[in-house]
Amino acid sequence: MNFDFSDDQKQLRDQARKFLTEKCSPKAVRVVLDGKAPYDKELWKGLAEMGFLGVAIPEEFGGAGAGHLELCVIAEEMGRANAPVPFSSTVYLAAEALLIAGSDAQKKKWLPAIASGEAIGTLALFEGKGNPSPKAIKLTAANGVLNGVKKPVADGAIADFAVVAARTGSSGRDGDISLFLVDLKAGGVEVKSLTNLDPTRGQAEIAFTNCKAEPLGTAGEGWSILTQVLDRAAVLCAFEQVGGSDRALEMGRDYALDRIAFGRQIGSFQAVKHMLADMYVSATLARSNSYYGAWALSTNAAELPEAAAAARISATQAFQHCAKNNIQVHGGMGFTWEFDCHMYYRRANAMALGLGSLTYWEDQLIDRMRKKNAA
Amino acid sequence: MNFDDTPQEAEFRATARAWIGANAPKQYEDDLRKSSLGRTVLKNGNILEVAKAWQKKKADAGWACLHWPKEYGGRGSSPIERVIWQQEEGPFGQLSRMFIIGHGMCGPTMMAFAREEHKRTYLPPLASGEKVWCQLFSEPAGGSDVAGLRTRAEKDGDDWIINGQKIWTSGAHYSDYGILLTRTDPTVPKHKGLTMFFLDMKSPGVEVRPIKQASGASDFNEVYFTNVRIPDHQRLGEVGDGWNVSLTTLMNERSAIGAAVSTGFPELFEYCSSLMLDDGPAIEDRAVRSKLANWAVKASGLKYTSMRAISALSKGERPGPENSIGKLVAGSMIQDVATYALDLQGASGVISGEDAELAGRFQAMLLRAPGTRVEGGTDEIMRNIIAERVLGLPGDIRVDKDVPFNKIPTKGRG
Ligand SMILES: Cc1cc2nc3c(=O)[nH]c(=O)nc-3n(C[C@H](O)[C@H](O)[C@H](O)COP(=O)(O)OP(=O)(O)OC[C@H]3O[C@@H](n4cnc5c(N)ncnc54)[C@H](O)[C@@H]3O)c2cc1C
Repeated sequence: MNFDFSDDQKQLRDQARKFLTEKCSPKAVRVVLDGKAPYDKELWKGLAEMGFLGVAIPEEFGGAGAGHLELCVIAEEMGRANAPVPFSSTVYLAAEALLIAGSDAQKKKWLPAIASGEAIGTLALFEGKGNPSPKAIKLTAANGVLNGVKKPVADGAIADFAVVAARTGSSGRDGDISLFLVDLKAGGVEVKSLTNLDPTRGQAEIAFTNCKAEPLGTAGEGWSILTQVLDRAAVLCAFEQVGGSDRALEMGRDYALDRIAFGRQIGSFQAVKHMLADMYVSATLARSNSYYGAWALSTNAAELPEAAAAARISATQAFQHCAKNNIQVHGGMGFTWEFDCHMYYRRANAMALGLGSLTYWEDQLIDRMRKKNAA
Repeated sequence: MNFDDTPQEAEFRATARAWIGANAPKQYEDDLRKSSLGRTVLKNGNILEVAKAWQKKKADAGWACLHWPKEYGGRGSSPIERVIWQQEEGPFGQLSRMFIIGHGMCGPTMMAFAREEHKRTYLPPLASGEKVWCQLFSEPAGGSDVAGLRTRAEKDGDDWIINGQKIWTSGAHYSDYGILLTRTDPTVPKHKGLTMFFLDMKSPGVEVRPIKQASGASDFNEVYFTNVRIPDHQRLGEVGDGWNVSLTTLMNERSAIGAAVSTGFPELFEYCSSLMLDDGPAIEDRAVRSKLANWAVKASGLKYTSMRAISALSKGERPGPENSIGKLVAGSMIQDVATYALDLQGASGVISGEDAELAGRFQAMLLRAPGTRVEGGTDEIMRNIIAERVLGLPGDIRVDKDVPFNKIPTKGRG
């Protein structure tokens, strides 16, 4: 047993952190936050050049072929830096869907484009309120064309292509759902940007009207593929959340050492110390659960569904907890636009919803634990 | 990152499993499996005797105190082997609770500070469970503030004469030896005037009085010392260096790595899986599921945190203060878990003991849990440790730091 990243992986982490510290300063994040650009194009290009976008994509499809543990390491750094790029939608959702279900031709077309930073992808799953469920999918696919509306779609306004979940049957079961690949620059697609909690990562509404689409994976297996994609994304997002938690904790700690009140560093007040200690505890539990998820993901272990749900819940809670208490430690300053606290608060709360809510994942976890216990 | 056993680990596991399968006291397995924190009831056996017999059997076959050096009664195993052993020992591991303080704290302190001849004399019977040890630190005036203790040790020729009182001493009523922290100089600041010893609990002048706990059980005691003599060669560390010696003990206490802390979660999950509520199985109830999921990720988070610590340890890194989180998280969790299990039982949750649901398993847990949040450092002290030693925040303001001990105020009010 060895429950840690290897030295090479840690080196990759250092490299990613160094790169992001230089190229993704809070000032750079604010360009996107303030609406001056939809995402940081320079950074995206840089990430491609560093090989980070294709780190888990096999070499034959233009990636670095390193693996998912390496991707987890990078995800953590993306979260720390609060990077304003469509990383999660492109790399965790679209690329993973292609890796799991894409035909050779589809992989050849899109994966190298992802790795080189030329194509941004996303997953179009939700249709308004509610959590992932076959029943909630109303958008139809018939004779190779899609009709319906998806919202919210992460990074939908800047994406080049989308993996779209559509209804292809009427049995009322999982088998009704199939996946499609859609070139969003083609006809029959109408995209509208939506204001959202976290402007550093956009959300959109996409209407498909007689839009041409090619099947992704076997018809009727859409739901089972989606479940796998969401589980993988849950682990990868958990690493972003862990990175964000750590950064929020660090900001709070640094401020507590700097700020003086009543003639003392506020970090010497136990109420503040204990708040930070509790942030450390939740960030640590989340990290440990995420490591387990990373192991399950990288080995495609039978434990993955349970591990993914646990990582997801734990990391969501930790990031929300650390981000909100970071503001508290900062007092009034924490509530200003000028301080960076709210960027993490926004990201934490947006990420908490992106793959379905906490309640949804809690439900998933218990189901999966029950199945395991029954087996 | 790899969860699978290496070939060596797999071999170790197979050997351990085979030995346990052939030797464990199986007649108690069911009782041990069903009991939980705060309540180990053996229907046909005295727990202390059964525990001692199992420990002795393990020691004779080389399975006691796995990580201790062989010459002191251990096996010289790696931290990972220790975890594998614990996994394989399963419910029988509960029998070693009797020896936690001796094995986890007194033994390591002896190893670090006792003379070689003492180590060879005292450690093997401690490892084999033939002799039980206790830790005599806390006093009415010194719990969280251990260095505030008042038990005096005065030099008399080659001996020290001890007078004073300890409190909350777990297991003192069946202990053979103890490690004892005393004050040897009240005229210097409190941390500087302490000295550590080990002693025979049967020495003349030692009186042990069991205390009845909030839970109703009596696992800890008051211990009185009246002119108790301890020879100087039983001193651990230098005169006046007792604080440093005790830090070794406390570090070991807090990083008793791999010693999985009870969270109550497996018990609750199992309970909810079979429990029927008014409108169906508990496990299908939305609210129940949400609670369970929250605790599930805490329990797994703790488990994998300790695995990360073990991995670090096996690479030669030293255990650090970050290990304080286990008890901090598990302590309040087990309390909440027990409260919730009783809530699910409705009005009948009030019944405890044999007549209660599951023979009062969760009621016992509820009544024991407050102690977990206090023993070995309270929640507040654990948070201080994390904040100061892990996060680097300033220490608490200490008004007594540079004051001679005999000038420190002793009462809050009146
Ligand atoms: C079941 C059990 C078994 C035990 N076994 C042993 C044993 O075998 N040997 C032994 O020596 N001791 C033992 N103890 C004693 C234990 O170590 C002490 O009870 C514990 O350290 C707390 O000290 P105290 O009881 O004096 O509480 P106090 O120190 O008086 O604490 C009272 C309250 O004040 C808070 N407080 C105190 N100082 C601070 C601070 N600096 N910052 C914030 N809050 C603070 C505490 O958190 C607590 O809430 C045992 C205790 C229990 C409950």
